[in-house]
Amino acid sequence: MDWYPLYNSLRIAAISTVAVFMLGIFAAYYIAKLPRLAKGVLDVVLTLPLVLPPTVVGWLLLCLLGPKRPLGAWVLEAFGIKLVMTWWSAIFATVVVAFPLMYRTARGAFESFDHTLAEAAQTLGRSNTWIFWRVQMPVCRQGILAGTVLAFARALGEYGATSMIAGYTPGRTATISTTVYQLWRTNDDAGALRWVLVNIAISAVFLLAVNLLESRERQSRRKGAAS
Amino acid sequence: MSLTVRIRKQLGAFQLQADFTAENEALALLGASGCGKSVTLRCIAGILRPDEGVIQLDGQTLYDSAAHIDLPPQKRQVGYLFQQYALFPNMTVRQNIAVAVRDKSRREAVTREKLRQFRLEEVAGQKPRQLSGGQQQRAALARILASSPRAILLDEPFSALDSYLKYQLELELQDTLAQFPGTVLWVTHDRGEAWRSCRRVCVMDRGVTEPVMTMDELFRQPGTQSAARLSGCKNYVPVLPAGQSVDVPAWGITLNCGREVPAGTQVIGIRSHHIHPAEAGETNAFSCAVERVIDDVFGMIVLLRSQSAAPDAPLLRMELPKETWAAQPDQTRVTVAATPEDILLLK
Repeated sequence: MDWYPLYNSLRIAAISTVAVFMLGIFAAYYIAKLPRLAKGVLDVVLTLPLVLPPTVVGWLLLCLLGPKRPLGAWVLEAFGIKLVMTWWSAIFATVVVAFPLMYRTARGAFESFDHTLAEAAQTLGRSNTWIFWRVQMPVCRQGILAGTVLAFARALGEYGATSMIAGYTPGRTATISTTVYQLWRTNDDAGALRWVLVNIAISAVFLLAVNLLESRERQSRRKGAAS
Repeated sequence: MSLTVRIRKQLGAFQLQADFTAENEALALLGASGCGKSVTLRCIAGILRPDEGVIQLDGQTLYDSAAHIDLPPQKRQVGYLFQQYALFPNMTVRQNIAVAVRDKSRREAVTREKLRQFRLEEVAGQKPRQLSGGQQQRAALARILASSPRAILLDEPFSALDSYLKYQLELELQDTLAQFPGTVLWVTHDRGEAWRSCRRVCVMDRGVTEPVMTMDELFRQPGTQSAARLSGCKNYVPVLPAGQSVDVPAWGITLNCGREVPAGTQVIGIRSHHIHPAEAGETNAFSCAVERVIDDVFGMIVLLRSQSAAPDAPLLRMELPKETWAAQPDQTRVTVAATPEDILLLK
């Protein structure tokens, strides 16, 4: 069995999770501070990929990144790089689709953050950078962790936009989800089943790990409250 | 060494106008909840920016709208005790105190010192949520003092505690602050707390401060109705000045005030426990019908209507010991009096 789709899916999900983690937290941090109207508008725009069909996202991405489209043509001309139909093209799709999950959960965590903690730290002479990394992030850790997990899971399961922007080339752009579709299409039910089981196994392990983390968190909290 | 505040700030429909100077003392900032006390503290600490005005601490300008000076909170060296203490929940008590020490070389020594001084050594390794309310307050104070502030702002320091603990901690806090060399601004709505801990007071009413006065003045001649109300006075009635007396049309009587009544006097205040059953021939005696008797914990509250009162006149509230009330021969009709000096003349 060729394990390339597993490797490719994992690396795409991992890279896009790192990107989404940073972008989502950055957006959540600054948008939470904006006035109501701007916040409402940006919120809609940034959450849209969550509710749009992935094919619509894929089409829009192709409009931007395709070799004959403005950005795609410019990159091709300036650097000689084609932005679509490579293994890393899928990262564009997974980042856009997974971003709202990270952004929304992180924003929820930041909004429930008690700002007197930040204010207290300021009066004690601590910089805003210090406050962000040493107080706000640790206090909001659970929400941020939840957002990261959701983003990774979503990136791993992405099919629609990925298939449009990266296509399906065995050994090059194939991911688990596009492989399953391809095997089913070619009547290879046994092959499809193998990949379905692999996917279910990864997802189950993943969710198990999350539950474990959460219960450990709760335990340490309970221990804290008891003593 | 002093703190001068002269600021204005608009917050929606609410307008803050704070104007006072605190010397090297504990100054009470007394006001009902929602009157702008916390907003004032936040402006002083630099967390909130006023619309205009000046804030100076020990001769240094922290904020001056005309000169475009606005120091960030980090540079103001103003300690702020938040109502819920704002201890960092992700750090131990020791870490909470250590982060406040700016000088790295002295961090460990100062932290150890503060832990000892505030009797926190045993809980130094615990997280704030594992601490009792009293320990949390001590930890927050230790943290503030570890940052070597030039002034300390206390925002309703006992609002998060029950009354028995409150009494204990009030004594501790007084001792701590007695050793503090700078200005302390003590925000409270509790006149008793202000009286026990501060010599002087600045009354704040709907966003506007009144001139600073001594606590003694607040109780003896508060000057305005809002100050009188904050000092606990419960009886108010409109009056017309008449030389050394005032006419009280609503009650159909004239009261002797024992001093020249200023022309601007519009209202008088009489504290409930300053109304008492009249002795024979006492000045300011007037006959009242008893409207209602309320059995209070340590005394009686009697609501009275002056015999010649208008139908919509405010009732008069009298508080007296249970025995004194029990000794009254007639409990439906009583002649009461208020000593001239006890009548508060208010604008």
